Amino acid sequence: MRKVALFGNPNTGKSSLFNRLTGLNQKVGNFPGVTIDKSTGKLHHKNIDIEIIDLPGTYSIYPRSKDEEVVYNILSDENHKDYPELAVVVLDATNLERNLLLCTQVYELGLPTVLALNMTDVAHRKRLTIDDEKLNSYFPNAKIVRCNARIGTGIPELKDLIASYDKSNAESKKPLIAIDDSESQSKDAEEKFRKNKAICAEIITKEPDVINFSRKIDRWLVHPVFGYLIFFALLLIIFQSVFTLAAYPMDWIDLGFSNLTAWMHEVMPEGLFTDLLTDGLIAGVGGVVIFLPQIVMLFFLIGILEETGYMARVVFIMDKLVRPFGLNGKSVVPLISSAACAIPGIMAARTISSWKERITTIMVSPLMSCSARIPVYTLLIALIIPNKNVGGIFNLQGLVLFGMYALGLVAALLVSFVLKKILKSKELSIFLLELPDYKTPRWGNVLLDVYKKGRTFLFDAGKIIVAISIILWALATFGPGNEMEEAAKEVSTKNISLDRYQEEVAATKLEHSYIGHMGKAIEPVIKPLGYDWKMGIALITSFAAREVFVGSLSTIYSVHQEDDDQSPLIEKMREQKFEDGSPVFNFASGMSLLVFYAFAMQCMATLAVVKRETKSWKWPLIQLGYMGAMAYLGALITYQLLS
Amino acid sequence: MKKLSHLKPGDIARVAGIQSSDLKPKLLEMGLVEGQEIKVLFKAPFGDPIAVEVGDYVLSMRKDEAILVEVK
Repeated sequence: MRKVALFGNPNTGKSSLFNRLTGLNQKVGNFPGVTIDKSTGKLHHKNIDIEIIDLPGTYSIYPRSKDEEVVYNILSDENHKDYPELAVVVLDATNLERNLLLCTQVYELGLPTVLALNMTDVAHRKRLTIDDEKLNSYFPNAKIVRCNARIGTGIPELKDLIASYDKSNAESKKPLIAIDDSESQSKDAEEKFRKNKAICAEIITKEPDVINFSRKIDRWLVHPVFGYLIFFALLLIIFQSVFTLAAYPMDWIDLGFSNLTAWMHEVMPEGLFTDLLTDGLIAGVGGVVIFLPQIVMLFFLIGILEETGYMARVVFIMDKLVRPFGLNGKSVVPLISSAACAIPGIMAARTISSWKERITTIMVSPLMSCSARIPVYTLLIALIIPNKNVGGIFNLQGLVLFGMYALGLVAALLVSFVLKKILKSKELSIFLLELPDYKTPRWGNVLLDVYKKGRTFLFDAGKIIVAISIILWALATFGPGNEMEEAAKEVSTKNISLDRYQEEVAATKLEHSYIGHMGKAIEPVIKPLGYDWKMGIALITSFAAREVFVGSLSTIYSVHQEDDDQSPLIEKMREQKFEDGSPVFNFASGMSLLVFYAFAMQCMATLAVVKRETKSWKWPLIQLGYMGAMAYLGALITYQLLS
Repeated sequence: MKKLSHLKPGDIARVAGIQSSDLKPKLLEMGLVEGQEIKVLFKAPFGDPIAVEVGDYVLSMRKDEAILVEVK
């Protein structure tokens, strides 16, 4: 297969071009040793199969971060399996001088080279005229094609060239400079800039610029007051849409999966296999799919902000505020997304080029209070906090809920600060960031990106999530020996309805299952936090996802749950007494539970995504450990102080 | 020697050189080569980072990065 590599600076429209060339025939894979994804795509043109690899956008072929080493590693080894037969360099016509550095470097590799002069329409609007023929005379063995990836002009011509162009360029070949010889690299860059400046002076004619709208917009968007106000207003809109709009499809998915389960129970013979399918597999898949609406909404809205160029301004105005905590301006969007759901937040951390800042962001994101904590928080707050007015305008329950969000944010910043001191990195912390001109978003790009990230979540993380939920199902379904059956037989059928009886059986079975035994086994450990073994069971089951806590408690206390009404459960929880007659759920144990759920890493979906994004089990396990320790100690201190 | 970090919004200058450091090659690759005309456009609300027009594009950089750029 013909191998073609796409090179280009960031913000040149390289990804749009890649999308135009390959459409949905894209695959996301791994580069060994680094955490960035490898995007490859297939193009079938003129009966030739072509593999296109979209190399990460860089300003130079010499790496300035660990992830950028990918490009150098491929190019320095002609036997590398990704070594291209043809190089396509995407050039931003509005910013040719800087773009020509990478272009000259690639040209000197001696590969057949095609230069895609992109964004010529924007250049035209900026009254820039480029003489391609003259440009070609400086790169005589390359072929230049004008294109505009946003609207698709020039793409057929580019495809023709990609399929056929193979004019040798061996005479231009120069050896690569050693990866660590930054002095020679600097000299080389300076020399190339000198030459390219001369080239640009000759080939570009520039008429007096029209008014630059981006500068005008920037006056407001990076303004010391309005900049932040506009940012927070946008955040409000984003959260509002994520919570209100995503709620509908989430309800449909929930309903769809419970209907499917009910239907399966009807048509399939009663037995273990049916249970495995319904309560294990389908519940597991449902647990993955239920996240999709929120994730997709967030990816979509973040994608729009990124496409317009606004995100770079957010990074710009927030950088100084988060820097003391060892974070980067680019950490802000991941952290904020995590206040809805940590999964898109962690995936959004891909834009952070420094490894240390990226790992820090990923590690602390799940401390932000996500939407899955809301049902747990509301249940516990309704249980222990009186519904009364404070200071005339505030509701005490609302204040406590707000406090839980603040606790998450403070914890995230504090842990970042600690990680800043602990994590060692030889890498440079580089901020240098291009502020691109504002553009209207390319919907095709946004949607394709949402599709790719959604697919990654469903399949890469989904596998792990389904596996864990089947394990949890097995632990809740089976018990040692035939203890569960024996115990279930003991449930009295006297004087109770069939529904009531079934609930009692379910509660008894759960108590005698492996999970029930685990709950009892950890009771001595969680007793100092104010919990009994029943809460232990709920803690273990909600490792799958935090909101499972509510459902598990309903099963344990055999409460019939209807819709989202939590009041029967709350009543039942209030009735729970220890052997000495004191209530199980009091102010101290309730607060202790709140703190526990604020800190504990109880989301297998997030762990699966952290594994996916860091390409190792090390980080999700560390995360599970440190958050578990924080949750335990936090809950312990809370309970001991309050009781 | 005057540094890029000393300039105020609106100031125009030319790059005189980059102080030798690990960041030097990166700064050069971003177009901050000797003789390049630059203009400070605006600063972030707390005075850091700053936005600098370099040729045809806008580069934002932290103050501790801008201090490496000598200007005249």
